[in-house]
Parts: sequence; structure tokens; C-alpha cells
Amino acid sequence: MTLAIKASGLAKAYGDVVALNGIDIEVEQGTVLGLLGPNGSGKTTTVRILATLLQADSGTASVGGFDVATQPDEVRSVIGLTGQYAAVDEYLTGRENLELFGRLFHLSKFDAAKRAAELLDRFDLSDAADRGIKGYSGGMRRRLDLAASLIGRPNVLFLDEPTTGLDPRSRQGMWEVIEDLISEGTTVLLTTQYLEEADQLANRIVVLDHGNVIAKGTSNELKSQVGGDRIEIVVESAGDVANAAALIQEFGSAPAITEDLTKTILLPVAGGSTAIVNIVRKLDENKISIADIALRRPTLDDVFLSLTGHATENTEEVSKPAKGRRGRKARS
Amino acid sequence: MSTLTTDSVKEVTAPRPRFGWLITDSISVSRRHLLKITRVPESLFFALIQPVMFVLLFAFVFGGAIDVGPGGAQAYREYLIPGILAQTVMFAVAGITVGITEDASKGIMDRFRSLPMRPGAVLTGHTLASLLQNILVIAILSITGLAVGWRIHNGFSDAALAYLMFASFAYAITWVGAWIGLHMPNSEVAGTAGLAWIFPFTFASNIFTPVATMPGWLQPFVLWNPVSCLALAARQLFGNPTPLLGDSFPERYPVQLSFAYCFLLLAIFAPLAVRAFKTRNK
Repeated sequence: MTLAIKASGLAKAYGDVVALNGIDIEVEQGTVLGLLGPNGSGKTTTVRILATLLQADSGTASVGGFDVATQPDEVRSVIGLTGQYAAVDEYLTGRENLELFGRLFHLSKFDAAKRAAELLDRFDLSDAADRGIKGYSGGMRRRLDLAASLIGRPNVLFLDEPTTGLDPRSRQGMWEVIEDLISEGTTVLLTTQYLEEADQLANRIVVLDHGNVIAKGTSNELKSQVGGDRIEIVVESAGDVANAAALIQEFGSAPAITEDLTKTILLPVAGGSTAIVNIVRKLDENKISIADIALRRPTLDDVFLSLTGHATENTEEVSKPAKGRRGRKARS
Repeated sequence: MSTLTTDSVKEVTAPRPRFGWLITDSISVSRRHLLKITRVPESLFFALIQPVMFVLLFAFVFGGAIDVGPGGAQAYREYLIPGILAQTVMFAVAGITVGITEDASKGIMDRFRSLPMRPGAVLTGHTLASLLQNILVIAILSITGLAVGWRIHNGFSDAALAYLMFASFAYAITWVGAWIGLHMPNSEVAGTAGLAWIFPFTFASNIFTPVATMPGWLQPFVLWNPVSCLALAARQLFGNPTPLLGDSFPERYPVQLSFAYCFLLLAIFAPLAVRAFKTRNK
């Protein structure tokens, strides 16, 4: 196997605030690594170090076989970077932006123009190509930004929260574009706050919290750690709760949890949607009326609750991470 | 749909950085700034209107109260224009300070830094674009000057040397502005800080009033002030009135000293600014 990205012991502090506490990351050529974590967990710091924008306090990293600290020019010639904010010039048109970046990538004038037209076409921006960026929607800006990061046909692409702040439709559009790139064999390091996004796009996921790697594995491995899907059933009458729970237990992957007061049954399941159908059928056969039924998928909050014991919100203090926690969970 | 990336095991051939790239990269970046000027023509308009207002104010309002020797109001107008040209290249520096601070805090700087371009080109491109704008302003200002009665009395070569001197100084001094801009937290602060240091250099000079009218303790500063040297050198080269204080070094060799200042400013502040740019946010 060839490693496109290899980092070991990366650490970075801003004054007293530890942003990265010595993390290791390996990404195989042609695969997608999802870097998952809440705000302030060190995702962006990691990307900035790997993209040569920031110097690590300690540790080493290589991208595309080049050392980020000693061969930044070589690294820059094989990477593309799309940040959280569209890194384009507001006053220029979409085409002028792409041509400028193409020239700065040392393409000839002709090639830069050709490449810009090609990318504008690919990202559905041809109609808006000669309009100023100021008039672009958020989704268009992100697409242009992604196009800009592809100017030099990078082997390794860094996507730093590519869909944060986008509406669901634009997010879906970005996902499709990213999936295309992945299918063409680009190595991608993607940071995100959304478990769903990492699930959709990444082969492997590394979970960061307070600058430490707290878990790594495939999406399925992480989910099974969190406990998978749960079905939440609310029955009409409180007297039915115990009976219903017993009836549907056969569809669960773990014992059901019941709450008489709210007339709720929580059943962990393996195959969510088939289980729903079976449960509805079973309860209907037994004349138990259902007030509400829903499939609950694990969220990033669930991942964090299960891995760290705290939700994603209280991540402001950056000094808490316990070494033991990392040791216990890191090799899952 | 085109294929954007070749297969994943594509041979990585990293181009080697060359000095020639600094030039082509700088041209690309300056083109960006010039395009920006065409998109926001207001910025150029106000860069032009301010010095023209100064010419009119001093030529017709304050000028009568300032004595530069025989010739009265007409002599003052001839004295004034080289001074205003010097003032204009100084004031233009504030613009680049704000521009650099604004740029440095935006996402596009990350884009530039992640490209295999020469990092210094971000600054050389910006300063070159600023120089071109400066040259345009100097030309318009000279025409305004001619309209209010300023004249070039010496030959073409002296006048050309004077304009070369203004252009050189304009370019060199923008590096000071760039260097300051890279240390400013945001463009509001850059707006005030970028002007603060310009005022003493611009007004404690001979551009509006002869050195002899100023208190003795201030005169050495005024004489050695690069802005005074520039204005005095231009007056000599254009053949305009040059009321001298004595025969101190800066009054004897203003042209040579002006070019020396250009060289010094560039030699000190260009490397400082490039270093500040490379280490900012690292």
C-alpha cells in the first residue's frame, strides 16, 4: 500500500491552548479519510499543517511523498485545498478567478483558460462564469472554490468542512461532485462535523476531540460502537407498553428500554427499515395502536456521548482530554 | 465530462521553483488588482480627487499667505505642485496598507499559500499594481498643475528624471505600507495606523511651506525628511522655486539623496514585508 498522507505525532499549541496533542494519521492512496469532530477539536489545524499553511510545533508529516516542513513547494504542487470559506476574489468573475489560479499554478495562458472553462463546465458554473462572485449563491461559491482547488489536478485533495453552512440541496450537490472525484481515484482528506457526511463519503473515519484522536475505523465500526440504530415507538395506552415490548423484542439487537410514563419503547435494531415494517405488522396483528414510530440514527452527539461521555457542545475548554481515554478507545 | 485526475498512482513530478516565476506570478497577481480597480472605479476616482482638491485649496485658498520669495502667487503655485506630487505618493501608501491587511485576513490568502507560486509575488504583484495606479494619479495631477499655472522650465531629460524619481519613490514606499499592513489585526486599525505615520513625514516637510519658516529644532528633521528631499529634488529638476535654508547636505544633493532613500527603503522593507508575509498565521 502507498500512503498519500502520513503524519505522526503532530502537535500545535496557540499560546496555552492546545490545538493538536500529537496525532497520527495515515491515508492510503486513492482512499477517503473523514476527520470528524466538533468545533475546536483540531480538524482545521490538522488540514492547515498538512497543506503547508501552518507549521507544527512538533511531529512530522508527508503528503504525496514530500515532507510538509522541508519541501513545501513540492507538496503544494500535488495538493488542492478547499477551506471553510470560499477562497476566491470577490471582485473577479468566476472565470477570472480560475484563470488567475491556473496561471499561479504555472499553467500556460492557453492551458489556464482551457482548464478554467473545463472546470466551470463541470461544476455547472458556465452560465455564471463571466459574472462577479458577489452575485453567486453560497453553493455556487463553494463549487467555484472546489473547482479552484482542482486547477492543478491534485493527487491529494483537502476538503475542510466543504458543506458547512450550505442548504440541504446545495449540500447534496457538493456530495455528488465530491463522490465523482473520489471515484476517479483522488485521495481525499475531508473534515466534517456531520456524521452523515463522513458516512456518505469516507472509507475510514478518525474522530478528533480536544486535539486527540479518540477513535478510528470504518463508519460501520464506529456505529456499532455507538450502538447503531434505535426504533422509538410510542403506544396509545400505557397498559400496552410491557406487552408491546415483549412482542417486538425478537426484532431487536439488544433488550428494549421502556418508559411507562411517556408510553415509549426504545428498541436497538440492526436493520432499521425492515424492523419498522415488522414491528408495525406485529403490533397491528395484536391490536396495539401506535401513536408514533420513528427510526433514530446515531448522530455525532451519540458518537461523542458514547466515546467521551460528553456531548459536542461543551468543547470550549480545550485542556480536558485524558490520555487514558485515548489509549482505551484509539485502537477500536 | 472531462477526467480531472489521472489514476491514483500518477507519477508525482514536482516542478522546481525558479526566479522567473517570481516575475510571472507577480504579473498575474498585479493583473488581479488592476481588474479590481476596473470593478470598483470609485476607489480610483477618490484617489484622484483628493490630490486635485489639495492643489486647488493651496493654490487659491492658503497659497496667498505663504511666501516663497519673488513672484507671489504664481511662484507659489510652481513651488506647490512638486510638493503635492510628493504628498500624493505618500498618501497612496495608506491604501496599500488597508488592502494588504484586508487580503491577508481573507480566505484567498490560504488559496495563494497552497499554490506552488512564489510567496513574495503576492506582495510584489500588489505593489506593482499600486505603482501603476500611482503613475496615473501623478499624470492627472501634473495636468491639473499645468492648468493652475505650474510649468516645467528645464529640459526633457531633467523632467523625465524627476518623474522616474517619483515612480521609484512611490514603489519603494509602498513596501513600508505593505509591511505595516501585515502587522495589523484588521482593516479598521490598518486604516488609522496606515495614515498615522504618514502625517508627520508629509506635513513636517517643505511641501507646502519653506523650511525657513519652521522652528530651528524641527529644521534638521524637515531637511533630512525623504519627502522634503523628493520635493526639493523635483523643484530643481523642473526649474521651480527652491527657497533654501543654507547649504546642508540634503539641500545640496537632493536628487542623489532621493534615489538613495528609494534604494534604502526597498532594501530594508521589501525583505521585511516578505518575511512578515511568510510567517503571518504560521
